[in-house]
Amino acid sequence: MEIINAKGMDQGDLCALIKKERHLDIEIRNCCGQRYIGCGMKKTRINIIGTPGNALGAFLDGASITVDGNAEDAVGDTMNCGSIFIDGSVGDAAGYAMRGGKIFVHGNAGYRAGVNMKAYKDKSPLLVIGGKAGSFLGEYLAGGTIIVLGLHNPKNTPLTGYFCGNGMYNGKIYLRTTERPIGLSKHLLMNKVGEEEKETILRPVIMEFAAAFKEDPEKILKADFIAVEPDPENRYRELYAAI
Amino acid sequence: MREGEVRIPSGCAIAGIFARDGKRINGRTIRDSIAVMHERSNGLGGGYAGYGIYPQYKEYYAMHIFYDDMAAREECERYLDAAFDIINLSKIPTRPNPNITDAPLIWRYFVTPLPHRLSDSLLDEEEYVVRTVIRLNNSIKGCYVFSCGKNMGVFKAVGYPEDVADFYRLEEYEGYSWTAHGRYPTNTPGWWGGSHPFALLDLSVVHNGEISSYDANRRAVEMYGYSCNLLTDTEVITYILDYLKRRVHLTLEESASVIAAPFWNTISLKGEEEGKRLAYLRKMFSEFLVTGPFSILVGFGGGMMALNDRLKLRSLVVGEKDRTVYFASEEAAIREIAPDLDSIFSPKGGEPVIVHLDEGVRA
Amino acid sequence: MIRNGSIIQPRFHVHRSTECVNCRKCIAECSFGVHSWDEKNKRMKADSSKCVDCQRCVVYCPVDALSITRNENIMHPNHAWCEDSLNEIYRQAETGGVLLSSMGAPDRKVPSYFPRILLNASQVTNPSIDPLREPMETTTFIGRRPESIERDLNGKLIDNLPPHLELKEPIMFAAMSYGAVSLNVHKALAMASEALGTYWNTGEGGLHEDLYKYGKNTIVQVASGRFGVHPDYLSAGAAVEIKIGQGAKPGIGGHLTGAKIHGDIAKTRMVPEGIDAISPAPHHDIYSIEDLRQLVSMIKEATNYTKPVIVKVAAVHNIAPIASGIARSGADIIEIDGFRGGTGAAPVRIRDNVGIPIELALAAVDQRLRDEHIRSQISIIASGSIRNSADAAKAIALGADAVSIGTAALCALGCHLCASCQTGKCAWGIATQEGDLMKRLDPEKGAERLYNLVHAWKREIEEIMGGMGINSIEALRGNRLALRGVGLTQKELDVLGIKHAGE
Repeated sequence: MEIINAKGMDQGDLCALIKKERHLDIEIRNCCGQRYIGCGMKKTRINIIGTPGNALGAFLDGASITVDGNAEDAVGDTMNCGSIFIDGSVGDAAGYAMRGGKIFVHGNAGYRAGVNMKAYKDKSPLLVIGGKAGSFLGEYLAGGTIIVLGLHNPKNTPLTGYFCGNGMYNGKIYLRTTERPIGLSKHLLMNKVGEEEKETILRPVIMEFAAAFKEDPEKILKADFIAVEPDPENRYRELYAAI
Repeated sequence: MREGEVRIPSGCAIAGIFARDGKRINGRTIRDSIAVMHERSNGLGGGYAGYGIYPQYKEYYAMHIFYDDMAAREECERYLDAAFDIINLSKIPTRPNPNITDAPLIWRYFVTPLPHRLSDSLLDEEEYVVRTVIRLNNSIKGCYVFSCGKNMGVFKAVGYPEDVADFYRLEEYEGYSWTAHGRYPTNTPGWWGGSHPFALLDLSVVHNGEISSYDANRRAVEMYGYSCNLLTDTEVITYILDYLKRRVHLTLEESASVIAAPFWNTISLKGEEEGKRLAYLRKMFSEFLVTGPFSILVGFGGGMMALNDRLKLRSLVVGEKDRTVYFASEEAAIREIAPDLDSIFSPKGGEPVIVHLDEGVRA
Repeated sequence: MIRNGSIIQPRFHVHRSTECVNCRKCIAECSFGVHSWDEKNKRMKADSSKCVDCQRCVVYCPVDALSITRNENIMHPNHAWCEDSLNEIYRQAETGGVLLSSMGAPDRKVPSYFPRILLNASQVTNPSIDPLREPMETTTFIGRRPESIERDLNGKLIDNLPPHLELKEPIMFAAMSYGAVSLNVHKALAMASEALGTYWNTGEGGLHEDLYKYGKNTIVQVASGRFGVHPDYLSAGAAVEIKIGQGAKPGIGGHLTGAKIHGDIAKTRMVPEGIDAISPAPHHDIYSIEDLRQLVSMIKEATNYTKPVIVKVAAVHNIAPIASGIARSGADIIEIDGFRGGTGAAPVRIRDNVGIPIELALAAVDQRLRDEHIRSQISIIASGSIRNSADAAKAIALGADAVSIGTAALCALGCHLCASCQTGKCAWGIATQEGDLMKRLDPEKGAERLYNLVHAWKREIEEIMGGMGINSIEALRGNRLALRGVGLTQKELDVLGIKHAGE
């Protein structure tokens, strides 16, 4: 493993160094605000200690990133494949327009997580948020899966903010709660997740999440989940009239 | 109607003499050369730039200024006094000439920037002088600084060049380098400031032709703090050269490759390294490509450059005799003052001829 | 008559002369179902209410028997409440829908400035040039330029220019997405670009795998929907364009209906078949100018600083400061798309009421960047109804480095501007994904027509430049003294930065 001390390092220099590094295993220490780490990378494993800057793992193309700490905005922006594990929280717009790969966040996500994620055939992105998510979660969702677990929520406040799933037309959002998200759009359906779906879809993900962040999977799976998805009977296209 | 109110294309004659060995050439010689090309001018402008003419004041900027009236002079001098230490001031000596009329007040000042004003300005000395001159020309009505270099001076007027030389008593000056201009503007400007050479610091330009890229060049160079008040080609070419040479730090040869950049297919025929260099300069400074016909003589401290447009749409001849180099629009203008040349040739379009003082020779 | 419960009367009238030989070619050609065979009366008939005036049947009628006119029926004359306004009200009263149309704004009340700007030519004081015999350069390099030169230890100049695009002529093809137009249109654009030495633009729907081989002449677009965007796509093109907006619908996203998303379109966009594809109005990772800088940098990181990044914006009121912000975002090229720019579908009210004409926007941006001393660092592409080579030359003289053409390119492929793209039934095989209709456009022939058009424009630009005594396109760029306005107010002249004819 190659160790890079990023203290005081310019983001351009750091990104260039990571790309040049022949090792497939890199640890960045003292990371503080350097942007675009791992951008478009295909193979390398990058472990980050500190606080990486915006657009961590943007356009990620197969590489894997772990962060011991919080990350900032636009984590995994337009990511293609690979994985990002954040043992902490993330800022706004995590997983924007992601089309494959997975992002696991141990803590909370800010506003607009998973906006415009999309799926095609075997490519389906996954965004798991251990804590809570801000408003506009999964807006314009066009495919893929978002899971919000609501862990470490002693006051039992709502898992999502306002406008959850607005404009969503494909894909699915799972919430570990029984409460209807605030102001859920009439274009969306909300159902309780059945045991079979929970076992086949959620269990493998929760196992991976729990293993990564040292949580108890059974405790997580014991609770009820709801799923939000678009209502096929109530799509948007009747909005227009041709002249 | 003055320059600056409308754009005035003009044709012209140009001539230059440069003594590489620093030999002092009398102003009468350049007058005799340009006079041969009388037919190329129309009496609406003539002028000269001489280098090495103020050896006793060579450390000072020589400001030549036209004033419309005494009020303009007083206002300008107040300004000069605040910005510079004025070592010497006087009227520029002239003699009456029946063909030269409507002369403004013509004054000369040898100055150096006041040290505390210069350091407060956070500018280098030359930029300080340039900005002051631009400000004077823009803001004081009836005042026009037409020469501001060290150990050089411009003498110009409305009239034929030979009359202008007589008026300014050019035979009383000697220098190692001279350029001259006879102008054929396409209307009747009554203003002396519009005559050529056009000068900024020790850079002076005389020019023949009308460039077709004018406004592209003007709008580009004005981005860098220049103000093209005269709307003449010579002015914009001077500013471009000043910008490229003094601000960008290109060499004269490189500047020539910018303003008369070779065609792309010509560049592709050059060797790899030279091709890359030329392509770089052309791409990097594309807005300073000058198109349309021009031949220019650029005087500067210690040297002179002659350059034609890349298609060579204007005539230019270069002759040599011993260590002296002669330039002119027509060969006759050279033969008049140097009948027995060692060599004579016409430079190719876009290829500059640059001469410098010999090593060890002081201006 | 009342048709399907609607009181709206047909806009057009299809006329059939006695020359008709009942060959039924028109039935085959019309994709809107206008023509049919009346078995009872043994004659052809036409349902004018379905006609969009795309001219397909007129052009393909073998005996020249067809013509289309405006409906001769007139509604009660009223300037304030003209026929179009009334029909729009009837339409909305009947459907409750947002009015949707396509192509650029057709309204003539908003002035078009190019026709009111005249070009200069040399007479006597300098020579005009005959471009057929003398050298004439239209090659244009676009991209960012550094602030200063650098030299190595020997004083030799270092080439510190970031990557540039080289255009053999200052005309490129505007972004039109696969899905909005057919694959054959993309093929034709790609082939033509390769032959012309210029660039075409994928639009926001990704790049079909068969067209990766045209990468060196391709600009790949990244829009808010991020359709078909992945690292290999970004690296496939010669440049990457971030689409913030387009002239036909500034501030509005896109909505490609599920009906058009099947097969290769779904695959290229990387979205499921049959489900609508929505481009959000903004990029949700750009809410402020510093976020644009972030996306520009992300793309440059992902492509290892080998591709110029273009930022395309619609011409809106405060376009000058917006452009200034873009110039400082690290982007290499700004594309400004004017009020009349085309689209495959846009809400009519937006298309016809939002944004400003390209001429004014371009002039304002060029001047602002000069005032801020940064014009030479960044290139400008202008688009939005460049209809001919004179428009292109005028745009360049106003300050553009190059122009891009969308509508004109589609017209070269046969488009007759019927503004029905959103129906997906384009009879000319352009804005359609229906198999039989798509086949109507042969990509090879289309490429040849595009090549001819742009090549002819290039020749005309050379003539225009030659007349002015200019033999290199960079000497025309920003050369506003080459322009004069006619019939413009002083304010308009001031914004355009040009003088009035005669001045």
